[in-house]
Amino acid sequence: MKDALCIENVCLFHDGAKLLDLNLDIQPGEVLTVMGPSGSGKSSLLNLISGFLPPSFSFTGRVVLDGVDITQADPADRKVGLMFQDPLLFPHLSVEDNLMFGLPATGSKEERCAKVRAALDAVNMVELGHRDPLTLSGGQQSRIALLRVLLSEPKALLLDEPFSALDSGLRGKVRDFVFNQAKAKKLPTILVTHDQLDADHSGGKIITL
Amino acid sequence: MHNKAKGWGDPLVLAPVLMIVALTGPLIAGLAGVLLPAFGFFPTLGGKHFTLSFLHEVTHKPGFWYSVQLSIWIGVATTFLSLVIVISFFAAQWGSPTFQRLSRFISPLMSVPHAAAAFGFAFLIAPSGWIVRLFSPWATGFNHPPDWLVINDPAGNALLIGLVLKEIPFIFLVALSASSQINVDERLKVARSLGYGRVWSWFIAVFPTLYKQLRLPIYAVIAFSSSVVDVALILGPNFPAMLPVQLLRWMNDPELEMRFVAAAGAVWQLGATLLALISWRIGEALVGYIGRRLTISGERQKNDHWFRALATLMMAIVIVTFVLSMIILAVWSCAGFWRFPNALPSGFTFSRWLENAGSVWTPVVNAMSIAITSTMICVALTLACLENEFRRDIQFTPAALRILYLPLIVPQIAFLFGISVFLVRYGLDGSFWPVTLAHTIFVLPYVFLSLAAPFRNFDLRYLQVASSLGVSQNKVLFSVRLPMLLKPILLAIALGIAISIAQYLPTLLIGAGRLPTITTEAVALAAGGDRRLIGIYALVQTLLPAIGFIAASLVPRAAFPDRKFFR
Repeated sequence: MKDALCIENVCLFHDGAKLLDLNLDIQPGEVLTVMGPSGSGKSSLLNLISGFLPPSFSFTGRVVLDGVDITQADPADRKVGLMFQDPLLFPHLSVEDNLMFGLPATGSKEERCAKVRAALDAVNMVELGHRDPLTLSGGQQSRIALLRVLLSEPKALLLDEPFSALDSGLRGKVRDFVFNQAKAKKLPTILVTHDQLDADHSGGKIITL
Repeated sequence: MHNKAKGWGDPLVLAPVLMIVALTGPLIAGLAGVLLPAFGFFPTLGGKHFTLSFLHEVTHKPGFWYSVQLSIWIGVATTFLSLVIVISFFAAQWGSPTFQRLSRFISPLMSVPHAAAAFGFAFLIAPSGWIVRLFSPWATGFNHPPDWLVINDPAGNALLIGLVLKEIPFIFLVALSASSQINVDERLKVARSLGYGRVWSWFIAVFPTLYKQLRLPIYAVIAFSSSVVDVALILGPNFPAMLPVQLLRWMNDPELEMRFVAAAGAVWQLGATLLALISWRIGEALVGYIGRRLTISGERQKNDHWFRALATLMMAIVIVTFVLSMIILAVWSCAGFWRFPNALPSGFTFSRWLENAGSVWTPVVNAMSIAITSTMICVALTLACLENEFRRDIQFTPAALRILYLPLIVPQIAFLFGISVFLVRYGLDGSFWPVTLAHTIFVLPYVFLSLAAPFRNFDLRYLQVASSLGVSQNKVLFSVRLPMLLKPILLAIALGIAISIAQYLPTLLIGAGRLPTITTEAVALAAGGDRRLIGIYALVQTLLPAIGFIAASLVPRAAFPDRKFFR
């Protein structure tokens, strides 16, 4: 299926014990919310899709993204964007350099800079470009982290409790920002969360493991 | 992460192989180079038949058995005293402001080279030293230095205390880093809430686990102290000297026949160190047995005020003595005329510094070139090893850790002599690369141990984010992981440089005296007794590693001036 993220008959095992058994299609712009207690395999599912599954896990089945089987692909070639609870901006690089890091290495330096500026400008954060990421507020850091992912031109987005470190006021704003961006870019998105509110706002299917 | 090994993945496999070769190769070659001549086999010198006669002959050298005894005693006693002082202080003060205050002195003291510490200590406690001067004549009545044999005493007490001073910071730092891995505070809370006294809680709930992690470093201290040369030349007895000092004399003997005797002596040194280690091992079992009996007796041992006071006092005395030793080096290096009972010289002058600037320069340049080259090799090798381990998901086993400690537990003098025998045979002794590679053997364990924890504890999610942005593994390593590890990498470099600069034997034996460093030059001054000159050399020797550590703390801020992360 074009543009969609398909989890085809995936069975995940940890040390031989079965954790999950899934068969899912996530359409472009759709947000699938995955909930469940810790240890139920939520994060392992994301690791499986992004290629970071530790060797104590094993699985059967396939992951297909935009019609391409990425089950065994190198993490760097999968085009799967990741966001964690912490924004994880590289602390030794400026905000702009963080975004440059995300941008594919095509085009001249000027073109790439212009793209980064445009991305910052589109979300009214162009004045943050030269800042040290650690001096930004939590909400700003999360938004920059999302921009960094989007600039890498992913074909799917995996969100691992990306809002849980934010306080409740900011949380709604950042959440809307992320969902709107994901929908605007038509990315199939998986959100792992503990928070029912996150799930309600995602506006998509919810599965509980 | 089965599919992670790509790109550089394959050449990286060589890193652990190179590491193991670097750690064990010279050791095996060196031991062979000692064992063969010790048993009489050394064709170039006419030894064509295996014989036990040299092993036997060496025991008839005057004072031989006393030398052996002294080595074993110094090895065990230094380690015991140092360990007791450190752990008593930990038990007495863990978590208190006093602990914080005193431990701030420890890291800088750890970086002081052995020889410099020994000189400072000698200047302090000699009959004409600072302490006697401070108390004369008003308290002692001395107008001339008393005729006491304090330094170089035949029983080796000055040597013992000098070594204890120098080993305490090492054991302290090792214990501190081990403590951070075993949730000491929770353990103490459990024992305290069961009604046990503060000190006793630490001994029963923390120490047994802590000691498991201290064991290899402790063995290294035993091996080092039982075979130390530079400190023994400065503080130790002369006739008969400790075995390693005797060995060095025989090794440098122009009589070629003495090579066989020296090699045979080195085998006895291996035996002496082994015996020291075995007696320690027996002691461990004994203490363990008594400890278990006391632990299950249920005694709460709450009356520990006297113990806490005594333990703190001991540690304070150690630190004050060490700091005074450093100060007196500086005072002597620029002292003008200084008559005996006066507490301070009548004036200060830099004339000796200026006179000697030229002759200090070459040994400093030699020391720094060797130190920087060998440390860079070690850091590159360590990072390659750790990255390989990460990419292939290899778990480092305890056996591998033992290999890392091997060059620290086999006495230097025993296998370095063997290596030098081979190098002389092929005319390779006395040049830069053999000396530098000999230094890497001893720098490598420290660099690896100091880098391993920060490298392994790195937040892997940064790397996952970077990879998922479509960046190759090598770029992730070079533009995310290594820059973010800048601080620990620079610290490891500073530590490596400090270790290399302090090396005496590898420089002397492999360099064949043709590559003088600040350390070999300083130790060579020991016999002369020109305190001003010794002060200058010892101070320069101390300052070189100190500069490294200061640079390591300043460079990240200078390189990334507006990054909070590096502040």
